[in-house]
Amino acid sequence: MSKSAYDRVRAARDSKRPTGLDYIRGIFTDFFELHGDRRFSDDAAIVGGVAELEDTPVTVIAIEKGHSTRERMARSFGAPNPEGYRKALRLMKQAEKFHRPVICFVDTSGAYCGIGAEERGQGQAIAENLMEMMTLKTPIISLLVGEGGSGGALALSVADRVWMMENAIYSVISPEGCASILWKDSARAAEAAESLKLTAEDALRGGIVERILPESDMGKASFFEMIRTGLKKELAALGALSTEELLEQRYMRFRRIGDCSAQAEETGGQQ
Amino acid sequence: MNFLYQPKNELEKGGRSVIPAQEDASEPEMTCPNCRKSVPLSRLWANQNTCSCGYHFRMGARQRLGSLVDRGTFREMFYDVCGRDPLQFPGYPEKLDVTRLNSKEDEAVVCGTAEIEGHRCCLFIMEPYFMMGSMGEAVGERITRLFEYALENRLPVVGYTVSGGARMQEGLFSLMQMAKTSGAVKRHSDAGLFYLTILTDPTTGGVTASFAMEGDIILAEPGATLGFAGARVIEQTIRRPLPKGFQTAESMLEHGFVDAIVPRRAQKRVIARLLKMHSKAVDHE
Repeated sequence: MSKSAYDRVRAARDSKRPTGLDYIRGIFTDFFELHGDRRFSDDAAIVGGVAELEDTPVTVIAIEKGHSTRERMARSFGAPNPEGYRKALRLMKQAEKFHRPVICFVDTSGAYCGIGAEERGQGQAIAENLMEMMTLKTPIISLLVGEGGSGGALALSVADRVWMMENAIYSVISPEGCASILWKDSARAAEAAESLKLTAEDALRGGIVERILPESDMGKASFFEMIRTGLKKELAALGALSTEELLEQRYMRFRRIGDCSAQAEETGGQQ
Repeated sequence: MNFLYQPKNELEKGGRSVIPAQEDASEPEMTCPNCRKSVPLSRLWANQNTCSCGYHFRMGARQRLGSLVDRGTFREMFYDVCGRDPLQFPGYPEKLDVTRLNSKEDEAVVCGTAEIEGHRCCLFIMEPYFMMGSMGEAVGERITRLFEYALENRLPVVGYTVSGGARMQEGLFSLMQMAKTSGAVKRHSDAGLFYLTILTDPTTGGVTASFAMEGDIILAEPGATLGFAGARVIEQTIRRPLPKGFQTAESMLEHGFVDAIVPRRAQKRVIARLLKMHSKAVDHE
């Protein structure tokens, strides 16, 4: 039985799904949360801090949606404000200084849409993260664990490896938004979801992510154990690279997407 | 006998009446949304698409090029880089075909090298008449190649942005262009090279959240709509009307996100001055 794209959208948005903090608590030990962007405030939609991955200190950053309605409201439903992205960047720079790898957990319908968010430079905050992450001199692994909503998700996903949960989605626009632009009818979201190719399989096929992590048929403990083992192995591999190699590979990871000459060769010159 | 003489075409004496004089009065006009006056198209064109009241009409990439660069110095690059339809998105190839016919452009950005008052630079100008400057693979690739070329040749980059954001029809492949272009801008920047952006109406979405806001100096055109999220989406989210002047160049200046607002007629001079002041590039290895 295969799930439709919109089934995945529903699963990705399910409030019973593990949130960013659940992943942090499940995978790492001794998590110590660090607050604030040192510029304006502390955004509750992004949680970050230091933790240990077995014996390795790491910086973890997670978009947190919360489970209950009350939690979700307090975390603005996992839609970060500019100060959230700036806090994330501050923690990444700190990780660079102390040679700690960065692990991000991404789960957002998108960056917050509001008057204050615009006035405090939502676009600028995201742009700065994209630029700075590209040359951050320490390994970065991002896991898309729920919704990967457009620029708001990408702002924590300029990484050396990007993994997706089986039921996570990654898209340039929400299926509802796409349907309302295309057909002036947001009720046709299911159709739009198919067209947008937003499932983990689609992203893997398109070379956007490296790995899909299975979610079903295992208990919580073995699920987090699987991720912990995967992260350790991958960090060891990335740690073996020189900084120059690491940054060159990270640049090329994104550089080749939509490199029209490479496509022309792959498809035998058909454009 | 003069009355027997009939000019054979408009080149012969007396043959200039192909367009009867009275038709001059019916030259197409545009109504200025600001002062409500009608402006004949020829006058608009002569004034870089600005009304005498100061209102800036939208401007195509080629027209901008004409009034910006020194005559005969523009060398277009990467015009053969065209996108594909990576998602086989319903209706997208047809939309591209129609857009290409109407805009006479292959994609939503024009790139190349040029001189501005004698200062050589790499230049990109986004095209509002091509799917409102939306960024897909081809736009991302052209801009990335331009920055890579500028890095290799140690040239500054001047970029005019206009965009509705990432191109929905190319899905994640368009989203990734935000990261790709940002990476190219970063490498150019780390080499001590100068990047100047001029934000024009409208610059929004994924372009704002990538190379538009990554300039060393960010200028804006008066009255331009600048922002990340669309105004309608924000209104739906917060469920109240937006304040007057929200997401304009003027409010961006007030909140500290652009360096200066420069009217179109002054842009060439300002760009040339800034290029001159950054002409001695710093070597950062």
